[in-house]
Amino acid sequence: MTDLTKYNYVLQHADNCLILGQRLGEWCGHGPILEQDIAMTNISLDLIGQARMWYQYAAEIQNEGKSEDDIAYLRDAWGYRNVLLVEQPNGDFAQTIFRQFLYDTYSCYFYEALMNSSDERLAAIAAKSHKEALYHIKWSGDWVIRLGDGTEESHNRMVAAVQELWSYAGELIKPNETEAKAHEEGYGVDLSAIKEKRDAKIREVLTEATLEVPESTYAHEGGKDGRHSEHLGYILADLQFLQRAYPGLEW
Amino acid sequence: MKNWPLWEIFIRSKAGLNHKHVGSLHAADEEMAIQNARDVYTRRNEGVSIWVVKSEHITASDPDDSDPLYEPAKDKVYRHPTFYDLPDEVKHM
Repeated sequence: MTDLTKYNYVLQHADNCLILGQRLGEWCGHGPILEQDIAMTNISLDLIGQARMWYQYAAEIQNEGKSEDDIAYLRDAWGYRNVLLVEQPNGDFAQTIFRQFLYDTYSCYFYEALMNSSDERLAAIAAKSHKEALYHIKWSGDWVIRLGDGTEESHNRMVAAVQELWSYAGELIKPNETEAKAHEEGYGVDLSAIKEKRDAKIREVLTEATLEVPESTYAHEGGKDGRHSEHLGYILADLQFLQRAYPGLEW
Repeated sequence: MKNWPLWEIFIRSKAGLNHKHVGSLHAADEEMAIQNARDVYTRRNEGVSIWVVKSEHITASDPDDSDPLYEPAKDKVYRHPTFYDLPDEVKHM
């Protein structure tokens, strides 16, 4: 390993993409209507595509002859560095939408900033992913507004989703040691610089959706350093079963 | 969602070509129809432009009228400009 900080930095983002992609993929065949089923699985595939770019780079930095698949499939839960938000259950459609919206409002501005990374590889991953993130935020933002400003039923469900997930919004833009160091070294994003834009976007969309922006700033954290909720173990059981039961299997 | 209207979707596959009808889908309004069309019909790189039209706004000819509508054109070959010699330089006509 030449650069442990960069490896961990890359891994954090790889794991965010993979776990959220896996969660969204659970909707496959269960979407509220065919068109939204396809929309969610499209976004899931975008995220898994982004995860692959990140894992490939992680494997190169690690330089131990391991592949992207080894890193994705053969770590246990405490080795995962995704934020707690992305491992939260799908819940109802409103909860899935709001989880996605919180992630998209972060990832959009994160990738926008990462395009200026001093590391060309990171800048290239950011440029490709940013275009996808712009579509994702359009999709999730529109749905927050539709449901929030929709029927009494959909409004109440959005209110419940905001309450359920709000405390997971803070971890995304609160730098851990790895992120602070990555920023110092010039290749990582300064999260405090994107916080304002992100908060403004959340406020704008929630207001249009006739939803209140919660005042609480309490944030669950720990995911970025490998301390996860119980949900991650179950996700990994699904995700990793095949490679664990049939090591090296390809199809 | 069962009450969402049906939309007809037209995709332009490349700049310069016509929009072509590709199918239909359900959506609450035109904006959602465009997004759904993007996800359903352009995910394999099929398009550069999307039109959506509410299906109820399309008026179709009656299949029972096909004889009076189309039969008369069948024996009028002189309406096809197939008797002209085209120069080689004109490739697509």
